[in-house]
Amino acid sequence: MTTYYTDQHEWIRVDGDEGTVGITSHATEQLGDVVCVETPSIVKVLAKGDEAAVVESVKAASEIYAPVGGTVTAVNETLAGEPANVNADPEGEGWFFKIKIADKAELATLLDGDKYQDFVKGL
Amino acid sequence: MTTNELPTISGDRGLDHEEPLIFEIGRDGKCGVDFPDVTVGDTHLGGLRRKGKIGLPGLSEPEVVRLYVRLSRMNYAIDAGLYPLGSCTMKHNPRLGEKLARLPGFADLHPLAPMSAAQGALALMRELAHWLTTLTGMPAVALTPKAGAHGELCGILTIRAAIEARGEKRTRVLIPESAHGTNPASASFAGFTVDEIKATPEGRVDLDSLRSKLDTDVAAFMLTNPNTCGLFERDICEIARLVHAAGAYFYCDGANFNAIAGRVKPGDLGVDAMHINLHKTFSTPHGGGGPGAGPVVLSERLAPFAPLPLLVLENGAIRLIEDKSDAPQGSKPFGRMAAFHGQTGMFVRALAYMLSHGGDGIRQASEDAVLSANYVLASLKDVMSAPFEGPCMHEALFDDTWLHDTGVTTLDFAKVMIDEGYHPMTMYFPLVVHGAMLIEPTESESKESLDRFIHVLHTMAEEVKAGKTARFDGAPHLAPRRRLDETTASRKPVLKWKAPDLKQAAE
Amino acid sequence: MRYLPLTADDRSAMLAKIGAADMDALFRDVPKEAEAPLGAFDLPTAKGEIEVERILAKFAAQNVAAGNGPFFCGAGAYKHHIPATVDHLIQRSEFLTSYTPYQPEISQGTLQALFEFQTQVAALTGMDVANASLYDGSTATAEAVLMAMRVTKRGKAILSGGLHKHYVETVETVANLHGVIKRAMASPGRAEDLLPLIDTDTACVVVQSPDVFGLLRDLKPIADAAHAKGALLIAVVTEVVSLGLIASPGEQGADIVVAEGQSLGNGLNYGGPYVGLFAVREKFIRQMPGRLAGQTVDADGRRGFVLTLSTREQHIRRDKATSNICTNSGLCALAFTIHLSLLGEDGFTKLAAINHSRAVELADKLNAIPGVELITPSFFNEFTLKLPRNAAEVVETLAAKGILAGVPASRLGYADNLLIVAATETNTDEDVAAFATALEEVL
Repeated sequence: MTTYYTDQHEWIRVDGDEGTVGITSHATEQLGDVVCVETPSIVKVLAKGDEAAVVESVKAASEIYAPVGGTVTAVNETLAGEPANVNADPEGEGWFFKIKIADKAELATLLDGDKYQDFVKGL
Repeated sequence: MTTNELPTISGDRGLDHEEPLIFEIGRDGKCGVDFPDVTVGDTHLGGLRRKGKIGLPGLSEPEVVRLYVRLSRMNYAIDAGLYPLGSCTMKHNPRLGEKLARLPGFADLHPLAPMSAAQGALALMRELAHWLTTLTGMPAVALTPKAGAHGELCGILTIRAAIEARGEKRTRVLIPESAHGTNPASASFAGFTVDEIKATPEGRVDLDSLRSKLDTDVAAFMLTNPNTCGLFERDICEIARLVHAAGAYFYCDGANFNAIAGRVKPGDLGVDAMHINLHKTFSTPHGGGGPGAGPVVLSERLAPFAPLPLLVLENGAIRLIEDKSDAPQGSKPFGRMAAFHGQTGMFVRALAYMLSHGGDGIRQASEDAVLSANYVLASLKDVMSAPFEGPCMHEALFDDTWLHDTGVTTLDFAKVMIDEGYHPMTMYFPLVVHGAMLIEPTESESKESLDRFIHVLHTMAEEVKAGKTARFDGAPHLAPRRRLDETTASRKPVLKWKAPDLKQAAE
Repeated sequence: MRYLPLTADDRSAMLAKIGAADMDALFRDVPKEAEAPLGAFDLPTAKGEIEVERILAKFAAQNVAAGNGPFFCGAGAYKHHIPATVDHLIQRSEFLTSYTPYQPEISQGTLQALFEFQTQVAALTGMDVANASLYDGSTATAEAVLMAMRVTKRGKAILSGGLHKHYVETVETVANLHGVIKRAMASPGRAEDLLPLIDTDTACVVVQSPDVFGLLRDLKPIADAAHAKGALLIAVVTEVVSLGLIASPGEQGADIVVAEGQSLGNGLNYGGPYVGLFAVREKFIRQMPGRLAGQTVDADGRRGFVLTLSTREQHIRRDKATSNICTNSGLCALAFTIHLSLLGEDGFTKLAAINHSRAVELADKLNAIPGVELITPSFFNEFTLKLPRNAAEVVETLAAKGILAGVPASRLGYADNLLIVAATETNTDEDVAAFATALEEVL
């Protein structure tokens, strides 16, 4: 399994054809306490860069974009009751949705862990 | 410092009383009104009679009075102190307006009473329209919008109708990134997509950004002037020319008209539509969040598309045109913003304010508002940082550059103002300025009041810079409540009172 | 000028501190071509209170107040008695002259009252949650239709023919841009069959009860039919006092309930300001327009209230907000809440009973006049009469005799011979008798 990152602070962990998507701990620090996550509906087809989810804190709402194109296969239902999971464990329990990746070549456009860390340091 | 120092048995503290909800103290068998008993048959109810109880608590009149009087004392108010909330215009609310709006001829007048029985109300609307069109230099006004955002929607829908009447279709509205959130929300509500225009380092519209986005798909440019940074848009006439040259309309958000009323006519600037927040410029009370009123003045080009109802003079009587089919020749109303004819109760208050001030007083009020804001800016800029060169208009804007490395945020600073007996300024708006603090003192403050306010803020700023920041941590400490847990409120919303679980209550 | 505290000396001293030569220097960013001298405004000069009162009192005197004589107008705005306490309390400075409660530490009065308002509205309508008010009933209806389109992701709204014409037009004005509006034909005194119109493209069905003619509508079958097709039922109530006697829309299966709250605590005011009520099922909370007050605790653990779920709103969400609304109807909502606190369960249900019995008595009397026909078999406090002649002319004739006899249906675009008549607790036996006698005379 490899994890890739976007410059919009999403991560995608790839296992075969499927990717799990969430937001990075840097993003959660910027947002503050997450109070609500709107996840996409299952079977929704997304192109790379499409608006996929919305994450809300008390004072802000941010769109989450699909890091790669594909079909949504699962969403994290527990976030509806426990949005705090996003803050507590952004790259684990706080995942948003899973996507069946349409074209794995798109992964090459994303950042790897080290490059993302460099990117965040540069902000 | 905590509120637990010197605890009391009652939990109340001097004049500060805690108050339960009506649902917690109400009991069956009490009532605050006296009505005779009436028995009602089922003959005319169509089998739809209510069966269960509603669940409303019973209280006597003295209990209701005490409860709401005590609650009121937990509120800050302009009557009680300076309220420097930038862009909200918390100026003095004359009680004359309250008295006059309660005359039975206004307060007890039915909106569908025969027009022959409402000539005074219709004449009052015409008089208000006269003041608004004269002050703005615009030929027409739609009175019905119920608040500023409703006025924006009305203006944008008028523009949409005018464009459609030209046989064109345009899909975008351009809006500066510094705009009030209502601007993009209104444009989107009216079915347009929103395109942002950048600001210059001087806090004004970037003309190059505007030029690059203006094309035949643009329906309107929405601009607040004076803008949300409290600055007059120097290039406004050029902006209007550019917008018109592209075949688009120029919408002006009149939220800040109180800085220029009586000195500048927006009609002279090339504005096509502008809403006027009567609750700001013409001081109808904010009432804890409304009601407001947001009439929209319109240029010659847009006037024919104004919504229903229309006011016309016929044989010496004033008539409301309430249906499209009755519209006079050349008039093509785009629709209706709301039932009936607008916020008449607020019209009375606004007109009382206008008549009291006169044209001269309105001009003086604008000048005093601008003078007071510049006085605050000049008196605080040695300790706080101002992102833009003055002069400002009616509000002084600071950023949080001066707070760097102090451990104090804009929010902390504002919350200590509460401990000092003031309402905080507007914070974190406009969004284009980091940690923004927007101070609008209005024309209603005496110089003594301004000097005291400046002294307090200046000294607070000095404390922060000297590292004396303990009281900024978690402020306010002296208000009826300390900081509230907004995260839990959003995560697990409790939006109404629920009767306690009987089992729990028994414990 | 009595409202302006600065003196000429103050102004000079302040200009000196600023370093500006004169007032014009502060306005130097205004282009010269846009500067208007005082003389450019054809307006009178400042006036004292006495003169202003005189001018406005003259306007007021040209109107016929509802309290001037026998009064029977309704059709979306109703004359009720407002206890003196209500107006006294809402004029407390701390309620009247405060802003939206964005600083909860010093706004608990407004916030707690809004929380009570939401609880009362939810109870009255039989719904799970209510917001902290919208402008009025008509704009609340438009917001409800847009919300239904968002929730269902469908574009068609079906409006009952019994929906107040102004409400229909308000809905059409905004919702036409987001979908298609189908309006059923008005059928005064009868419930039209809406069921065949509902299909799988339908976002919502909008039904007013009592309808604009006063007829009570059975919402349950419409709710069931809508739900079977995945559509929502929006119930509209223009007379909230009816909820004291009639089964709530929530009980009847509505998904969204909107109402005009003017009847409680608020005067007629020639059409505004009023207060829009908006209540929904729990699952739609985050799709609601408007402000919401929520309960929480402060840093010391004490109960307190805040504006919450504000990420739905324009100041955060901008063009993606659920609505563009900002200022709403705070003080009118407070008046509503205080009036309803005074009434309580007992007072409110009695008030509703008195309204209904007054209306039944009046309807029976008028229906007995030769040529007059009551066409609404069921109603709350308002009904429609078919007259043997033009109703608007009858109203004008009776107005000349000091009786405001109701709203001619033609004022709202319906048939010429229909008169919409409302009766409330404010009508006396003498009013009823005077109306009946005068009507018989003019027919």
